[in-house]
Amino acid sequence: MFPAAFDYRSPAALEDVLDSLAAYGDEAKVLAGGMSLIPMMKLRFASPEVLVDLGRVPGLDAVQETPDGLRIGALVRHAELEASELLRQRYPVMAAAAPLIADPLVRNRGTLVGSLAHADPAGDWGSVMLALNAEVVARSTAGQRVIPVREFFTGPFSTVLQPTEVAVEVRVPRPSSRSGGTYLKLERKVGDFATVGVAAHLELDNERIGRAGLALTAVGGHNVVAAEAEEVLAGAEPGPEVFAEAAEAAARAADPPSDVRGSADYKRQVVRTYVRRGLARSLELAQAA
Amino acid sequence: MARITVTVNGADHTDEVEPRLLLAHYLRDKLRLTGTHIGCDTTNCGACTVLCDGLPVKSCTMFAVQADGREIITVEGLATGGQLQPIQQGFKEEHGLQCGFCTPGMMVAATALLERNPDPSEEEIRWALSGNVCRCTGYVNIVKAVRWAAQAMQEQAAPEEPATRQPATEQAATR
Repeated sequence: MFPAAFDYRSPAALEDVLDSLAAYGDEAKVLAGGMSLIPMMKLRFASPEVLVDLGRVPGLDAVQETPDGLRIGALVRHAELEASELLRQRYPVMAAAAPLIADPLVRNRGTLVGSLAHADPAGDWGSVMLALNAEVVARSTAGQRVIPVREFFTGPFSTVLQPTEVAVEVRVPRPSSRSGGTYLKLERKVGDFATVGVAAHLELDNERIGRAGLALTAVGGHNVVAAEAEEVLAGAEPGPEVFAEAAEAAARAADPPSDVRGSADYKRQVVRTYVRRGLARSLELAQAA
Repeated sequence: MARITVTVNGADHTDEVEPRLLLAHYLRDKLRLTGTHIGCDTTNCGACTVLCDGLPVKSCTMFAVQADGREIITVEGLATGGQLQPIQQGFKEEHGLQCGFCTPGMMVAATALLERNPDPSEEEIRWALSGNVCRCTGYVNIVKAVRWAAQAMQEQAAPEEPATRQPATEQAATR
């Protein structure tokens, strides 16, 4: 399969990327790992006139830890996050999700930031970033915007990013020292999209739950926060009772389609089960921290 | 058209290509390296796996222009001087193929695995090859072939102490 013909730009400076996007607007698409965009172009679901490749732009391939948290550049591949000791130590939700993204070959090319910008409702990173309250840094010739991920997704494959903007970085706040989290994904086989995914993050505050982050994959038009469940958890004494209550609330936030991966009822039941398991695991990790 | 220079199996190639030309087609049609197979053409099967700067990637899901300045190794680049590389030998010894269509991708992905992890367990092999689909073998002999190669490479690297190692098949069975 061949994509439709396009003009290819591979600038060596971010400013030139921004100029191209300013000039071509929605005729242009940004290419990072290409693991979603290229298949879509081959199937002619996407036929951009101009492809602006970030591949040669310096400074986008770093994972940096600052006192505030992580900064992950637009060219950081899933495989790098999968191998990261730092993530295993301090960002367990991310460490749990990274090896579950697609398959090992795709993880060598695909990027976290690209996955967010692509906004597939079955994308895993979206839920992880929602649970962790991350932010997307977008650049354009007009300047820079820092967008909370909780305001980022607007629908299937849709975000608040403007055609002239490029997502250059994701910022993940540093979790409190007594926190834990995980990502659970039901998939039919390696490389399949999630039937259901659940990202859970708990912070403990004097043996009660401080902030809780809970987000769901593949159960709606985009990755969703289980807001009611988060409220149930905040300030509560952690344990099976409140986790079960949160699981019911999360199931109400899920509006999954019935499809080849299962009926809506089945998927809602998976949400319940995974929320309970995810919170129990998060608590274990937080208590051990 | 775009001008690219790609190092493929150690040799530099400079060509004018259409930006939409996929790396798999560049390798097969332009360089006539037809060992890289195109299976599903939808980023699922891994038959088209090549190494890009040492990492296994799906060449049906990368444009040739993205390989500009990079080093690509295809299945044709595994053997040296007509001598099969241990993974190729392992696939032969352990009968790690039936129809052979997925084999180039399997061997390239396994090469990257052993580069990073010279003594992988069965689980690690299965994990590393989980992006490569085989519709014939059930994977059992593929895993054995990679274990065979790991063993052979370790014996090559440390020929003075082969007596301390178990044969490859026994070792795989005990894991």
